[in-house]
Amino acid sequence: MPEIKVTPLGAGQDVGRSCILVSIGGKNIMLDCGMHMGYNDDRRFPDFSYIIQNARLTDFLDCVIISHFHLDHCGALPYMSEMVGYDGPIYMTHPTKAICPILLEDFRKITVDKKGETNFFTSQMIKDCMKKVIPLNLHQTVQVDDELEIKAYYAGHVLGAAMVHIKVGSESVVYTGDYNMTPDRHLGAAWIDKCRPDILISESTYATTIRDSKRCRERDFLKKVHESIERGGKVLIPVFALGRAQELCILLETFWERMNLKAPIYFSTGLTEKANHYYKLFITWTNQKIRKTFVQRNMFEFKHIKAFDRSYADNPGPMVVFATPGMLHAGQSLQIFKKWAGNEKNMVIMPGYCVQGTIGHKILNGQRKLEMEGRATLDVKLQVEYMSFSAHADAKGIMQLIRMAEPRNMLLVHGEAVKMEFLKGKIEQEFSIDCYMPANGETTTVTTNPSVPVDMSLSLLKREMALGGPLPDPKKPRTMHGTLIMKENSLKLVSSEQALKELGLNEHQLRFTCRVQLQDPHSDADTLHRIYTHLKNVLKGYTIQHLPDSTVMVESIVIKVSSSAEDSNTKVLLLSWSYQDEDLGSYLSSLLKKGLPPGLC
Amino acid sequence: MKLTYCLSGHPTLPCNVLKFKSTTIMLDCGLDTTSVLNFLPLPLVHSPRLSKLPGWVSKDGTINLEKELKECAGRVFVDSQPEFCLPEVELLDLSTIDVILISNYHCMMALPYITEHTGFTGTVYATEPTLQIGRLLMEELVNFMERVPKAQSATCWKNKEIQRLLPGSLKDAVDVWTWKRCYSLQEVNSALSKVQLVGYSQKVELFGAVQVSPLSSGYSLGSSNWIIQSHHEKVSYVSGSSLLTTHPQPMDQSSLKNSDVLILTGLTQIPTANPDGMLGEFCSNLAMTIRAGGNVLVPCYSSGVIYDLLECLYQFIESANLGTTPFYFISPVANSSLEFSQIFAEWLCHNKQTKVYLPEPPFPHAELIQTNKLKHYPSIHGDFSSEFRQPCVVFTGHPSLRFGDVVHFMELWGKSSLNTIIFTEPDFSYLDALAPYQPLSMKCVYCPIDTRLNFHQVSKLLKEVQPLHVVCPEQYTQPPVSQSHRSDLMLELQPPPMPYRRCSVLNLPFRRRYERVYILPEVLLSSCGCPGRLPVLSYKQSQYFFGDGC
Repeated sequence: MPEIKVTPLGAGQDVGRSCILVSIGGKNIMLDCGMHMGYNDDRRFPDFSYIIQNARLTDFLDCVIISHFHLDHCGALPYMSEMVGYDGPIYMTHPTKAICPILLEDFRKITVDKKGETNFFTSQMIKDCMKKVIPLNLHQTVQVDDELEIKAYYAGHVLGAAMVHIKVGSESVVYTGDYNMTPDRHLGAAWIDKCRPDILISESTYATTIRDSKRCRERDFLKKVHESIERGGKVLIPVFALGRAQELCILLETFWERMNLKAPIYFSTGLTEKANHYYKLFITWTNQKIRKTFVQRNMFEFKHIKAFDRSYADNPGPMVVFATPGMLHAGQSLQIFKKWAGNEKNMVIMPGYCVQGTIGHKILNGQRKLEMEGRATLDVKLQVEYMSFSAHADAKGIMQLIRMAEPRNMLLVHGEAVKMEFLKGKIEQEFSIDCYMPANGETTTVTTNPSVPVDMSLSLLKREMALGGPLPDPKKPRTMHGTLIMKENSLKLVSSEQALKELGLNEHQLRFTCRVQLQDPHSDADTLHRIYTHLKNVLKGYTIQHLPDSTVMVESIVIKVSSSAEDSNTKVLLLSWSYQDEDLGSYLSSLLKKGLPPGLC
Repeated sequence: MKLTYCLSGHPTLPCNVLKFKSTTIMLDCGLDTTSVLNFLPLPLVHSPRLSKLPGWVSKDGTINLEKELKECAGRVFVDSQPEFCLPEVELLDLSTIDVILISNYHCMMALPYITEHTGFTGTVYATEPTLQIGRLLMEELVNFMERVPKAQSATCWKNKEIQRLLPGSLKDAVDVWTWKRCYSLQEVNSALSKVQLVGYSQKVELFGAVQVSPLSSGYSLGSSNWIIQSHHEKVSYVSGSSLLTTHPQPMDQSSLKNSDVLILTGLTQIPTANPDGMLGEFCSNLAMTIRAGGNVLVPCYSSGVIYDLLECLYQFIESANLGTTPFYFISPVANSSLEFSQIFAEWLCHNKQTKVYLPEPPFPHAELIQTNKLKHYPSIHGDFSSEFRQPCVVFTGHPSLRFGDVVHFMELWGKSSLNTIIFTEPDFSYLDALAPYQPLSMKCVYCPIDTRLNFHQVSKLLKEVQPLHVVCPEQYTQPPVSQSHRSDLMLELQPPPMPYRRCSVLNLPFRRRYERVYILPEVLLSSCGCPGRLPVLSYKQSQYFFGDGC
């Protein structure tokens, strides 16, 4: 039986450096190619040597698909394509293709220019890598080659995020990337049709969380920011330049307007303007409400939010600052954090998930003393708040997606093992399907049962269907006759006559004959007539003929009568029928063996 | 049976119905608006000239229709709310239509008539730009009509006995009884709520029997050709396609290969004009008029070629020293059209996509607006009347010159020979369009820009994609009446194309021989080993399956 194999090189029972290998119908596909924020060494990238121990990446992979622009999904792409070496096609949506190189360049700058690392990909490599990218449109069926096709679905999460359906023949896999099942202030909800994949590979970041309603979380967030501002504190919100940032900006912008607040809101990095511009140009990827009203009022033109300058951090008085990156692992957000950490009036709000090893992760776990570079320690006195704004599906959302797609098997990635275990139990219980959660480097194998396409002669199909009434009836399967011809890698189902003709064969007939002895004191001709009358009475609805050459035909079955040589009252009936009429023939022989009923004329 | 019912006689505004494998598919839903040329213009403000036109009375005085018909410069016009010529609705029961496939926003204008008044219960498929811009054009049309309500609805002239005696084009107008007034906004919304969005190369399954898929056609934003196929048969529907590099994504030609039948509609309406040359002429005439102190009027649709005109002017303005000339775009949907054009990156040509990645707006009219060179207004009323400076260039609709703000500018500028009207849309004969404004002093320049395939391009295309049979409007099988010697202005194919006209029913010449069925692998394995076991035929999810009999 055919198999589909799935091997996570990253994101197996873990969050970060998503990279999943899928082998399906003889094709190998890499899903995402991300980096891990929690590591600064080799572990930061997926272990491609797993693949290339015996082959070049280009020879092994048929295509690479990137689900969205977050670095834990695309951060290793230039490394893979330019340094390890891959020249095949890379697919991503238009917004991802537009934004991804900017984030990669940012990432490169922080690593090389600030941390002074060498042996890292260069700006040119990012450009060369992006040249290999083929843009994907939503719902477009892209034929990677004659057999492999992929189709992207809307995933919410961030601008341009997509889920992909990968299909070879009748086998298929869906990979969700990161997705969000509830629309938020700027994006819509993920959607997929009932595509019944063999495996649904889903993220499971919030596998155990059922989040309260978005409204409550928003109110909470605004209340905390407001309180802090009121008492003169500074609020730091570490974000990634694109994504949550825009949602929170829309939220604060409308709040500031409604409450008539005066405290300044800043957005760090030069990316802001640019980022908002991407949202304006790719407005078809945002939610319905924004799309509908964009001509009158573009939600991404902010009045209250201004660009941040490094010197503003020391300004007196309250302020709100959005700074990148989101997990406090480097860059401007970390610098501001260091400045403000010592004052208990200040506050840091973490609006998203933080991977292990980052400062964000540490302070969220309650650590109040941080070891910094150069053995210095930092006392964390400011308030630390966590608000789950990152747009991942929660347990309810994941179950909802399973209901939408109706997969035959489920596979969880991009989550923590303990939480996955819990969700796995729930999925197996509720949907009675197998659920897998392979660790990095571990291969899950799923056997599939694809049906085999066959071209059936239309005349044969019509003939067979006519026997069952005018309309096909799903409840009534029937046996049918036909000949299967396997020729030049294709299968044809035709009537036996046509098959013989096509193959130039002579037809051989297989006939059964049988003798039945019968006590009947009449002339041969009368006996034959009595048999004819008897069969006429018993077999309603069959064509029964008494032919002039002293035979009776029931459909194609021939019956003849002769007298026994010894006893003229003992008649010998000769029955003969073809293989195709075996059922009727054997029925007739057993019927006649019982003799003829009295009272026949 | 594979049949097509041809419901429209207009080759560029087609409406055909295809019956294929027990599905009924309508291909496009074009509205023939040339009928409005028989009507008087609808002025935005009272026009003494129009109201003083004499009524028409037959020569012998027996027929007096002076209330309904008015005479202007030797021609007779109907004084009533303009009416459109609908696709034929009697040829087959339109409530049996399963789906409607739309190829571009110009070919969907009859949609509300079909979806709202025939018992239609199916789905309409269109791309997102087609839906959004189609909506704008419909809203604009409704707005043009409802802004100047006309109490009178003329019907007497439609009487067969009377129509026979009418002069000029009125006598020859066909099916006048089926002509309808414009739909309402409510009908537009209801019709468009039936649209399901599709992307290029998306495969849409219809009842498990037929697969349809839109392909980029290169003509306008989101414009598509359609493939309608089963596992063994393929029909290609080619409508409004272009091989020129303008703003839309290039045409996908290779996917049209191996068609059994190719239905060909929407070729260029001006086969003798070269769009590039016309664009040059447009610019030079525009500059000449402005330099002489006159105004330029460009009657146009609110989306489509206008984007290319603005892009061309963007490059031309500085070199022609027109930096201070105001350009106005006046339409109830002007703002929306300009904004929408900037957000469909996926549907644009490669150059424009690259700009979006920067990120910059793909069309330069964003810069024209930012620098105040181009201003847009919903109508001549309001802000425009106070900000309006002359000499200027005005883009406005409707290109038929029968309704919309353009009527006002005709009345305003028609009397001066300094002004110029430049026709760029190919849908209406410019002489007919101008007829109710005669006598005119303003200059008229005819620069029709039709980027659709010409006969040379189409014969090359057909050679490449090699369809077994071609079906096309009868107009394409002979040279145009006015140029009967030009045998290069027609399709010459072997086998000859099957022509259709309004109300034709064609039997498409191909037969199905095979049907795709699916065998469960265990049956295949078992029947190889033991021939005695018979498979079982069953029907699930609209497909035939063979299962194990046991």
